[in-house]
Amino acid sequence: MSTVVDDTHHDEHHDHKPYGITRWLFTTNHKDIGSLYLWFSFIMFFIGGAMAMVIRAELFQPGLQLVEPNFFNQMTTVHGLIMVFGAVMPAFTGLANWMIPMMIGAPDMALPRMNNWSFWILPFGFAVMLSSLFMEGGGPNFGWTFYAPLSTTYSNDSTAFFVFAIHILGISSIMGAINVIVTITNMRAPGMSYMKMPLFVWTWLITAFLLIAVMPVLAGAVTMVLTDKYFGTSFFDAAGGGDPVMFQHIFWFFGHPEVYIMILPSFGIISAIIPAFTRKRLFGYASMVYATASIAILSFLVWAHHMFTTGMPVFAELFFMYCTMLIAVPTGVKIFNWVATMWRGAMTFEAPMLFALAFVILFTIGGFSGLMLAITPVDFQYHDTYFVVAHFHYVLVTGAVFSIMAAAYYWLPKWTGYMYDETLAKLHFWTSLISVNVLFFPMHFAGLAGMPRRIPDYAVQFADVNQIASIGGFAFGLSQLIFLWLVIKCTRGGEKAAAKPWEGAEGLEWTVPSPAPYHTFEKPPKVE
Amino acid sequence: MAEQQSYYVPPSSPWPIVGAIGLGLIAWGAGSTVINISNAEEGYGSTVLTLGIIVMAVMLFGWFRDQINESMQGMHSDQLNVSYKQGMSWFIFSEIMFFAAFFGALFYARVISIPWLDGASNNAMTAEVLWPQFVAQWPLVETPGGTETQGMGWYGLPLINTVILVISSITCHFAHVGLEENKRKQLTIMLGVTIVLGCIFLYLQGAEYVHAYEQLGLTLDSGIYGNTFYMLTGFHGMHVTLGTIMLIVMFLRVVKGHFSPDNQFAFQATSWYWHFVDVVWICLFVLVYVI
Repeated sequence: MSTVVDDTHHDEHHDHKPYGITRWLFTTNHKDIGSLYLWFSFIMFFIGGAMAMVIRAELFQPGLQLVEPNFFNQMTTVHGLIMVFGAVMPAFTGLANWMIPMMIGAPDMALPRMNNWSFWILPFGFAVMLSSLFMEGGGPNFGWTFYAPLSTTYSNDSTAFFVFAIHILGISSIMGAINVIVTITNMRAPGMSYMKMPLFVWTWLITAFLLIAVMPVLAGAVTMVLTDKYFGTSFFDAAGGGDPVMFQHIFWFFGHPEVYIMILPSFGIISAIIPAFTRKRLFGYASMVYATASIAILSFLVWAHHMFTTGMPVFAELFFMYCTMLIAVPTGVKIFNWVATMWRGAMTFEAPMLFALAFVILFTIGGFSGLMLAITPVDFQYHDTYFVVAHFHYVLVTGAVFSIMAAAYYWLPKWTGYMYDETLAKLHFWTSLISVNVLFFPMHFAGLAGMPRRIPDYAVQFADVNQIASIGGFAFGLSQLIFLWLVIKCTRGGEKAAAKPWEGAEGLEWTVPSPAPYHTFEKPPKVE
Repeated sequence: MAEQQSYYVPPSSPWPIVGAIGLGLIAWGAGSTVINISNAEEGYGSTVLTLGIIVMAVMLFGWFRDQINESMQGMHSDQLNVSYKQGMSWFIFSEIMFFAAFFGALFYARVISIPWLDGASNNAMTAEVLWPQFVAQWPLVETPGGTETQGMGWYGLPLINTVILVISSITCHFAHVGLEENKRKQLTIMLGVTIVLGCIFLYLQGAEYVHAYEQLGLTLDSGIYGNTFYMLTGFHGMHVTLGTIMLIVMFLRVVKGHFSPDNQFAFQATSWYWHFVDVVWICLFVLVYVI
């Protein structure tokens, strides 16, 4: 491996980094584009988070205090859209850009110019969407799922901006996914066979396939919303022979694979971090690959579990219930494999490992509440309550977002060349861990007691849980400022990071120096 | 694989950011154009939209010019060509999924929503309470709300168009064979014929729309039948238009002497795209017109 390191050093001297603003605007470098994605998602995380703060502030007490109901609806809608399309997905794409070429020994992503395009259309897409918030009548207010007829009949005038913004975000995701698939299938270094790839690469390969399969369906759904609202079609209007429930079918055919798009890369990250900090090989590598593929296949067969209360035939309810519960099997395989990896390992608890451990426990809680929701007769009570909100925030915040933070801590030394401040990181972890549970755990009880979601006001008996949740929310929001400070600090200096700062880490990315040179693996390394 | 050629990583390029600006202008312009039209008001949406399209056109021209120059200088390794081919295949797959959404809507309307509105399955009370006079049928010539229209037959123009598009797929294939075997004359003629057939198809499709609007009263807003008919044929027509433009570009490049049996990715991609458009039409002809 040492020859590889020498090669990259050598190349670094020949190659001068472009500088100034055009470096970022015109770049074709996967590391630059990865950084752009990560910073973009970080910024969107704070914008979406600010909206969550508005929501929690309004819900601090029963009654209407701070915002109009219409504005509250815009906040819940845009908070969801930003966190899904602006924070979590771009963060994963950023990690893919940075890490996949280095993990498989490729010189760059397969289609570098398209890579730049897929990033740079994102800010424009969000500019279009967010600009509608400032228009007369306001922006999207129908929930991030934009159910018809809310989006087609009762929505604001500005819905067309939402539609075209979603088109742009979809184009960006599809191009990003094509790039990832082609990079993985065509750019692996000699000897890097499929079953030798790191799990992050595997999970992203499957995620990219899901993206290409379902983002166009989302584009179709928003297009039908556009024509229903503005051009008199009746896809989602029974008077014309359509059906509002058809919207839900099309949307969730996209939407359910989408939730796996937001969690599969997490599985890859956790599968890299837990072995590194237990100093053991990952238990059951092959079963992890097969489990990921099974989850992806099953994800196409479960969409209607979001629609148990729409009056589907009993046969359909049963089919979707059983398929959904089946997903618990491959997911269980993963959880058990992670636990088995830790069994009798020499564990240490640096920040990436802490977040990974929190992920394993809290994601499992989210998975179990998902199983509860999967049971049709029970779902009739839970549907559209805060129990659902609690469920998907456990899988998305303590699942996806925690894994992204774990990944950031794990690879920051490789990106910046400096070690992050471990004390600050521990502070960030513990404040986040406690506050996130104070924030979301009470929501289970509010939901079980019958509090509906997406409502700016509520009955007085829900006041206590909401107050607790809001306090947790503000604390969680503030904790993230520690993370921002830590990341900025780490980019500016600190203890120099070794090429492989984690004793137990494995993979080609640790064979190049830290910070990773601008170009790596221009000559592919040999993998035994 | 030790003798692997080095992979060509292009230097910085201004085109993607130009394209991002173009796409942003298109999205904003299209959004405000739609809103302006529906409110019957004046606005600068269409100006922004036009500007966006111009910027996109400039971007496409510049980006492809760079691309073609690199290809003509032989900078594209075999591995890079594999990347392009795989990328194009996945792009076509994404297009298939886009059409799948609309075919799914057609399926749902015909198999589920229309029969249910007439009381099928366990929906007797739905029919009784909502629109008791509604009769399930396809084509849906009278919607539950009472909008009336007429069905579009499959014989006549649609059948002729099917024949034209199938033949164009065959001529496109023979153009490709001509390229593979270095028969430039066959290549040029067959490619030219394909383009002409594509244009005839588009013309006839336009004529069919005029016929549907003026004689049949079949419009975009005449219920789910008109919706699915125009959305499916309309998006297909847009794809044929794009495919024809791509074919014309290929024709101009062939005339300039580009492409050889071992350097022909752009041509191959265009021909794949054309076959894809043809397959979509066959599905469309069967599911929208015939059945």
